[in-house]
Amino acid sequence: MVQLQEVTLDELKHLVSDRAVSGETMVLNMGPQHPSTHGVLRLMLELDGETVVNCVPDIGYLHTGVEKNMESKRYLQAEVMTDRLDYLNTVGNNLAYCLAVEKLVDLDVPERAQVIRVILAELQRIASHLVWLGTSALDLAAMSVFLYCFREREMILEILEMVSGQRMMTTYIRPGGLWRDVPEGFIEAVEEFVDYFPARIDQYEGLLTHNPIFIDRTKGIGVISAEDAIAYGLTGPSVRGSGVPYDNRKLRPYSGYEEYEFDVPTAEDGDVYARYLVRVQEFRQSLRIIRQGLKRLKDLEGAPVRSSNRKFVPPPRSEIGTSMEALIHHFKLWTEGFSAPKGYVYVPVESPRGELGVYLEGDGGNKPYRVYWRTPSFAHLQALPKLSKGHLIADLVAIIGSVDIVLGDADR
Amino acid sequence: MMSDKLKEAIQALKDEFQAEEVVFRGEHTLLLKPTQIVDACRKLRDEFDFNVLSGITAVDYWPEEEIRFHVVYQLYSLAHNLTLRLRALVPGTNPSVPTIEGVYPNANWYEREVWDMFGIRFEGHSDLRRILMPYEWEGHPLRKDYPLGYEEVQFSFNAEEIDAKKPYAQE
Repeated sequence: MVQLQEVTLDELKHLVSDRAVSGETMVLNMGPQHPSTHGVLRLMLELDGETVVNCVPDIGYLHTGVEKNMESKRYLQAEVMTDRLDYLNTVGNNLAYCLAVEKLVDLDVPERAQVIRVILAELQRIASHLVWLGTSALDLAAMSVFLYCFREREMILEILEMVSGQRMMTTYIRPGGLWRDVPEGFIEAVEEFVDYFPARIDQYEGLLTHNPIFIDRTKGIGVISAEDAIAYGLTGPSVRGSGVPYDNRKLRPYSGYEEYEFDVPTAEDGDVYARYLVRVQEFRQSLRIIRQGLKRLKDLEGAPVRSSNRKFVPPPRSEIGTSMEALIHHFKLWTEGFSAPKGYVYVPVESPRGELGVYLEGDGGNKPYRVYWRTPSFAHLQALPKLSKGHLIADLVAIIGSVDIVLGDADR
Repeated sequence: MMSDKLKEAIQALKDEFQAEEVVFRGEHTLLLKPTQIVDACRKLRDEFDFNVLSGITAVDYWPEEEIRFHVVYQLYSLAHNLTLRLRALVPGTNPSVPTIEGVYPNANWYEREVWDMFGIRFEGHSDLRRILMPYEWEGHPLRKDYPLGYEEVQFSFNAEEIDAKKPYAQE
């Protein structure tokens, strides 16, 4: 039986100011079950009246041991767990993991697969930003935005279901390419969304961007300077809201992002409103990338979507019936998997939240020796005390929303 | 196709700390002693603009004892768009590394995570508590000698032996 250890007050005293010890300020628990913490996040707040003196995030409620589990699974099996980390960016997680595996084993990816990866990753970015916009607006009492956002997100989830059979846990991107080619009607479905969505962005902006209540609640709240944002590990839209054009799609391009034309939106103020502006502009940039991707996809009609390197990628079903070698490859890949050489790689991608990095180490065997997920939510939560000190509790809610966290991503 | 700036940084660290360099798939890694980490990070940040600490993690090479852990520091320079990795080689008995909180403030949580998962102490850390596992947890899950936690399968020949080890609820 596990004996519960008593936590003495002395051990935790350094987390609060001296005023809390004397009883001048109040220590209050927020979460883990709280609608505005976007999951199971617990915050220990030291309050002077309604003002936050100190904020100590306590995470780990959603820790599932994914990194440990992956060490006992073969490279292909381990991919299934990547969906479960950041459940709003499943395609992006698959992509980061597959890029790391491909780099580790030095595997090529056909161009058509790259294009489909980019289209899906950008669709996923829009879907994730929609959840962010909906929930963080809901936190500020804008109910209708939430409902509109989830309506549009449904269209994207239906596209994901169309290609992979799953709305969220897709595992569609595989090392060396994709599970299979996109089905008929994919291009039309994405085109329909791309044509429909710009008007919806205008609608959200009409509801929020010039809304005096929204501006009152977000301007000048949670301000962080560019230097501090970098020092505290903010990435993605959160650091771009402070005027730093840090975007891995531009700086360290992957999957052919260097061939697409798009801008990296930034805002100067570094507050909640600036981060909102950046994300809303990213909707439009993602649409731009998707449009270019669709054009490329039409040119690459009929091209392969999986690498022809049979040591890593299983042969198509049609070959197995006629080719002995294909049968052997198929058998080997599904019984013992492929082996990766001894070595380690780190692959950063731009997830909707920020830099998602996979550190992958191989030991020559068929299972990863160590997988480390550098997740944006973990880094952003660490900056929360810095962002929230001196603000009201109600503003803290806006700040949590503005750094866009997913607890599955933070706790892994 | 390696940038001159990165070459310069690597050479400077090699000269000052006798660091060993590992290159794999175009990624550069420097192996250092734990005591050199703080100075190396400060030098990289101040002289070579490595202003972003992407993450800290560790790798366990159990049953190796002499150098059982590698603590991995993933650095990035936003100004020059360069990536560099440092690895501190840590022994298996009383593993500890000085904290780099003073150089990169966001090392705080990453080091807590490494302490939680691997049991590597960070000397001078301001708040070295567990971060992901519960407060009263015993052991460090990502160590290689830590079991994954499956329930052992009971067969007729070893049913009682396994039963005796099972953690039934006590009165």
